[in-house]
Amino acid sequence: MNVHRIQAIFLRQLFLYKRSIPRLMGVLYWPVLDLVLWGFITIYLNQYRGGLPAFVSFFLGALILWDLLFRAQQGISISFLEDIWSRNLLNVFVSPISVSEYVISLMFVSLIKIILTATVSIFLAWLFYSFNIFIIGVSLLPLVLNLLLLGWAIGIFTTALILRFGSQAEVLAWGVAFLFQPVSAVFYPVSVLPYPIQVIAMWVPSSHVFEGMRTVVSGGGFPVKELTWALSLNLFYLLFATLFFFKMFKAVRVKGLLGKIGE
Amino acid sequence: METIVSVKNLKKAFNGFMAVDDVSFEIGKGEILGLLGPNGAGKTTIIHILLGLTIPTSGEIRIFDMELSKKRREILNYLNFSSSYVSMPLSLTVRENLRIFAMLYGIKNSKDKIDELLKDFEITDLGDKLVRKLSSGQVTRVCLAKALLNEPKLLLLDEPTASLDPDIADKTRRLLKRFRDERGLTILYTSHNMREMEEMSDRIVFLDKGKVIAAGTPDDVVKEFKKENLEEVFIEVARG
Repeated sequence: MNVHRIQAIFLRQLFLYKRSIPRLMGVLYWPVLDLVLWGFITIYLNQYRGGLPAFVSFFLGALILWDLLFRAQQGISISFLEDIWSRNLLNVFVSPISVSEYVISLMFVSLIKIILTATVSIFLAWLFYSFNIFIIGVSLLPLVLNLLLLGWAIGIFTTALILRFGSQAEVLAWGVAFLFQPVSAVFYPVSVLPYPIQVIAMWVPSSHVFEGMRTVVSGGGFPVKELTWALSLNLFYLLFATLFFFKMFKAVRVKGLLGKIGE
Repeated sequence: METIVSVKNLKKAFNGFMAVDDVSFEIGKGEILGLLGPNGAGKTTIIHILLGLTIPTSGEIRIFDMELSKKRREILNYLNFSSSYVSMPLSLTVRENLRIFAMLYGIKNSKDKIDELLKDFEITDLGDKLVRKLSSGQVTRVCLAKALLNEPKLLLLDEPTASLDPDIADKTRRLLKRFRDERGLTILYTSHNMREMEEMSDRIVFLDKGKVIAAGTPDDVVKEFKKENLEEVFIEVARG
């Protein structure tokens, strides 16, 4: 593992974002827009909430956390696509960088993107709606960590598919995370889902994260059970996605597609 | 002469189609070998195999006396590649791009090395320009500068002068020959410009439908086909 090579890929993304307003907007624009929209909806619905406790916290907290997962996934998939779009992929893969170094550097890019997104979203939620996400307390850290791990797993899996099927699979980079949204129970408890979907949700780490968040906000304490489930599933999925990426990388080398994808 | 590249009985099949069919050749230190052939002859596939981007169906490849299938990453430290089909991140400046590749190849004092190469390719004034603002010929020269950053012992060039005007193409060829003479750089070269191949190559390997149909010095190959020059040989082979 060579730190300089990991730094190089990271620096390439940093240079890219520092002078690209559209790319920066991709990181900041949608989260802010979501926050403003859902913030107003929340304020409106809050007038009719009846017996539902901590309504604002449920919604805005869920919104901010969901966006972290989405950005974590995009941080990997879109960074990879940047190399395809600029016909630079061959230059990267004929250098001595290993596949592991490349994937790790994309994880760092993803981490920086979510720190940026989270900072802005958290600040605006506090400024506009007086919502302080830190009321979640120390549980916030493992909740975010689990979303980051799932975002990475989805991002690596998606990238492997793009590697194998080329630019026709690009759409996955934008849409795959949303496949997980209904079963992640982001804005509602898992119990409202039909039973077969509840069974699926049990195997989706983010559903445990959002259940955990609601437990904490409702005053239920540190969600040990939910976090244990989420972490175990995430480690399994991350391992699976990484092995899948290596398998696809080998497959495209056998099929001679690596040379074509970058051209 | 020290052998830098040794390819024996190389085969590559894609879904039953033989893109490379039992190809063997060697390249000695400081030699410029031209890979020649019509579209689909297997030139780019061979270059991609030598770079480890494509895994061959069978055959043995040794580079710097190391087996490519086992020591790919170690070998990649000492070789480099440029192609007219490959570009660089457009939203980065020339210097930023070269700095990133210098880091990927673990080059110390990269600033001096980058300055030297920009001067060699007469693109010093482009150093702080975004790649997207360059002409295709200028991008090609930046890519060639990148290919020489790590002072490779072996350079694989896939139609490197395709987008250069005749003046710059000539300067580029002279520069590559200078590197060969000064550093013993070994070059594997493809081009559809037959005059360029005659001028650059010490030896050529002529491919058609994945097979070697002729090999030797450009003069030998021209004589073997009883033609006046390589262009006539090429046309005869391409038209079957």
